[in-house]
Amino acid sequence: MVTTTTRPTTDEIREWLDAVPDPEIPVISVIDLGIIRDVTWRGDTLEVAVTPTYSGCPATSVIAMDIETALRDRGLDKIRIVTQIAPPWTSDWLSDKGRMRLEGYGIAPPQAAGGPDRCPQCHSQDVERISQFGSTPCKAQWRCRECLEPFDYFKCI
Amino acid sequence: MAQATAKAPTHNEALFEYLLRMGDNSLVLGHRISEWCGIAPALEEDIALSNTALDLIGQTQMWLGLAGKVEGAGRSADDLAFLRDAWDFRNLLLLERPNGDFGQTMMRQFLFDAYQMLNLEALKTSSDQRIADIAAKAHKEASYHLERSRITVIALGDGTTESRTRMQAALDAHWPYIGEMFAADAVDIAMTHAGIAPDPASLRPAWDGIVLPALHEATLRVPDGDFAHRGGKDGVRHTEHLGHMLTTMQWMQRAYPGATW
Repeated sequence: MVTTTTRPTTDEIREWLDAVPDPEIPVISVIDLGIIRDVTWRGDTLEVAVTPTYSGCPATSVIAMDIETALRDRGLDKIRIVTQIAPPWTSDWLSDKGRMRLEGYGIAPPQAAGGPDRCPQCHSQDVERISQFGSTPCKAQWRCRECLEPFDYFKCI
Repeated sequence: MAQATAKAPTHNEALFEYLLRMGDNSLVLGHRISEWCGIAPALEEDIALSNTALDLIGQTQMWLGLAGKVEGAGRSADDLAFLRDAWDFRNLLLLERPNGDFGQTMMRQFLFDAYQMLNLEALKTSSDQRIADIAAKAHKEASYHLERSRITVIALGDGTTESRTRMQAALDAHWPYIGEMFAADAVDIAMTHAGIAPDPASLRPAWDGIVLPALHEATLRVPDGDFAHRGGKDGVRHTEHLGHMLTTMQWMQRAYPGATW
């Protein structure tokens, strides 16, 4: 039973959520992805507002389930996950930590210019686009002309 | 109540109809292009079409979800998608036409993406906040789709003799279905008056501004004539293709009513 005196603060809960990985890109957390829009106590119920990255992203329902499971494991039992579509998600909401981890994982982070600034493998700036789409809704396919490796680019939207 | 249906629609009826149009456009096109999954000419194109389909189906859930709420009869987005028959669909005729070859699919995508991007842009300032919110989300995706379909149409038009011939044939085949996007009826007029949606005709100059230069760059000839097939968005006369599409799309719910994952 969670009471106002024993219940964790929303900051603590955000820390817990920072340990919940994105199911498709497990090196970044749901906090890094910028999809957790609000964490609020409503009476004895914790409400977490989640925004989808892309309208049809199949990971969305898995993410909601992962969040709920993680919070239950921490002893919370009254949890409400709400979908919030406005304002629409933007890749600008990726955290700096998330951007660094993406590159370390081999995915070039989004750039305002609309394409990767360098190859995540060899850091060459000589890169070309293969396709505007990729293995998940949030990625496009690029290739490095220096090391010849293809790589994922996190779309800027 | 046969007489009541002949009257101008009430605000709520018009709003419901309008939301069905938005939802059915993305549903029908989303299903159509998902038919390419596994058989597109190149892996990258296969993935791109499937991702576009995914965005469109995601948008459908939002539009038809809101339509169900507005109707107030307890129908969910799934009910509306899987349990209506062809005559209850409100999509543009252009979108239910079979995919044809890859060129025909991409030409249809481009002609619609340009319209959809502009329409969603206008809907972002809808007087109905729920519509404005969905539009803001969908507009980002539609803009991205347009970027790709535009480049593809130009590359294939200004490509080989074979690809150019196919793209010209695609444009000629789709052209008589363009007019329906911009023709207003009682539903559109009601929505325009309520500040909910733009007058469809007002989108045409901007659409021409996107489409005509791209077709020119693609070395394609814009067909003469402005004859427009109608009957999709009011459901009066769908083509025979929609029913065939629905038999595949709705098969599971029809064969096993109420089946869930």
